[in-house]
Amino acid sequence: MGADEPAIAVAGLNHWFGRGEASKQALFDVNLVVARGSLTVLMGPSGSGKTTLLTLMGCLRDVQQGSVRLLGHELAAAPERQLVAMRRRLGFIFQAHNLHESLTARQNVLMGLHVKPRRLRAAGDGAAAHVLGLLGLADRMDYLPANLSGGQKQRVAIARALVGDPEVVFADEPTAALDRDSGLNVVELLKHLGRTRGMTTVMVTHDSRIIGLADRVVTLEDGRIDAAAVHG
Amino acid sequence: MTRILTRLLGRLPIGWLQLTHSRGRLIAALAGVAFANVLVFVQLAILGSMSIATGRPYDFFESGLMISAADADSMTDGSNVARQWLFQALAHPQVTAGAPLFVGNVTLQHAGTTMSLTTFGVDPTQPAFLSPALRPGAELLTLPESGIIDRLTRGLDPQDAAAIGPSWPATLEVRGRTLTVYGSFEGGGGFGVDGFLVVSDQTFLKIVQNRQTGAPDHILLALAPGADADQVAQDLRGMISDRTLRIRSYAQARAEDIAYQQTRRPTGIIFGFGVIIGVLVGLVIVYQVLSTDVADHIHEYATFKAIGYRQRFLLGIVLEEALILAILGAGPGYLIARALIAGMRKATNLPLELGTSTAVAVVVGTAMACALSGALATRRLALADPADLF
Ligand SMILES: Nc1ncnc2c1ncn2[C@@H]1O[C@H](COP(=O)(O)OP(=O)(O)OP(=O)(O)O)[C@@H](O)[C@H]1O
Ligand SMILES: [Mg+2]
Repeated sequence: MGADEPAIAVAGLNHWFGRGEASKQALFDVNLVVARGSLTVLMGPSGSGKTTLLTLMGCLRDVQQGSVRLLGHELAAAPERQLVAMRRRLGFIFQAHNLHESLTARQNVLMGLHVKPRRLRAAGDGAAAHVLGLLGLADRMDYLPANLSGGQKQRVAIARALVGDPEVVFADEPTAALDRDSGLNVVELLKHLGRTRGMTTVMVTHDSRIIGLADRVVTLEDGRIDAAAVHG
Repeated sequence: MTRILTRLLGRLPIGWLQLTHSRGRLIAALAGVAFANVLVFVQLAILGSMSIATGRPYDFFESGLMISAADADSMTDGSNVARQWLFQALAHPQVTAGAPLFVGNVTLQHAGTTMSLTTFGVDPTQPAFLSPALRPGAELLTLPESGIIDRLTRGLDPQDAAAIGPSWPATLEVRGRTLTVYGSFEGGGGFGVDGFLVVSDQTFLKIVQNRQTGAPDHILLALAPGADADQVAQDLRGMISDRTLRIRSYAQARAEDIAYQQTRRPTGIIFGFGVIIGVLVGLVIVYQVLSTDVADHIHEYATFKAIGYRQRFLLGIVLEEALILAILGAGPGYLIARALIAGMRKATNLPLELGTSTAVAVVVGTAMACALSGALATRRLALADPADLF
């Protein structure tokens, strides 16, 4: 893969939910290029297809029509095996934190690391502690999720996504559960990782202060990218 | 424990952490597994005691071949055979001796208690057909109306019974006659009988009604050293004119009887079913626990999938849980079953035992059953679709 190849290149992407009569098109001819190391924000009204686009780019849904190239690999018609391998190079931050209730904060973060190649896995506890520290959770590492606040849980989930040094992070309203300061803190961290490690972030958000920090803002409307609204 | 498992699995023992996280569910699951174990252990002990009890009378004799009636499904069942077959069999060059064996159930009184004894009538002049333990008593059996008794007979004090000897005989009342017992041997109660009694064929015919010298229950045949019992049996089946007879090697007769008791008799079938039901109960309980657990954590499992873990990894977690349940449930199950079996043995005098090899087999079986339940429960994991997480 050439160094100047974009992190993500979407071309002519259409997506439908349901089959036959009940079928409903959620994305219409979406074309989008995301540069490496950038922070791209996806916005648009509810139901406009933001999450659908995110899951297609993140190998969580099969591409039906069109092309999605992620880190130089075509995802359309890729076998499940290859999709799983691709997912290991990504980081996901979900709206719901989805932490394992029986694992401590540190153990939850480690689960994000253990799936990675041996080289990264060796970093182990140290890496987990470091990321948790960056997110202001140094004194909460051995807590079970039940003993953490909503914002703290969300930050553990973010640490889990970041610990394995992902090449692309997909986040769907990751700051919804956070207060403004820690929300901005998280976005600053993502931007910092973009500058220092070339990590690419695609984030769905409605938060106007975050939108101000974005390298680029893409607006979706009824499953189409609003060309006029593309900045950057 | 978490540390040991981390070492063992080479990853965080998520299954273990998940199980111990919800204590209530863990305890319920372990109680279920232990209960299934108890069921299986107890039924197996009963089945085992049936085969011991069925095989035991064979220990009292030594024989190469045995001729029995077509309907003789155990040593104590079935019609008579005509003594003339004994003489026909003796014509075979490798049959060196033969003796009739009479079997009947006799109700006797001793010191005010009534007992039902499986009574054998043997030829006291041919002690070679008796087991080494019984052989020394053969001479005493030539005395009229004498016998030797099973000292483990239910209703008999074992110490009193062991003291019985030629100089300290005991007496039994049977149908108005007095039977003098000059010795004892080690038998043990069975299903439906209290113990055993060995008498001479002459005495047998006196204390059991409607039996004749010419019609014993079985014919025992001694073979020349080195003779092939199965070959001789086959020869005899050709020689003896009654083609319905069962002519089998002694060892085969014993094995067939045990198999018959376990697979064809209602009691054997019921206890065999008990084992299967125990296994099913265990399967259902473990399946229930594991599949509820999977359903409760479906989002976490989907997250693992999204992160890039394979289905195999998730399966490993569920199997880990299954095996932990199997192993932790087996201990209490074994202990409870042992206590129950000891109590039953005391109450019934049946040869109920829980052997180590049986126990190990059951624990291994439990682990396999749990793994099967676990594998069934993971089918629900397919529902964990990472695309639904956003
Ligand atoms: N699993 C699904 N099955 C059927 N239709 C779906 C499914 N997921 C989304 N849709 C439909 O596709 C369209 C786009 O949904 P999507 O979730 O991508 O919107 P969104 O922009 O993320 O909205 P929101 O801001 O509310 O999260 C909507 O009309 C939605 O109803
Ligand atoms: Mg959405």
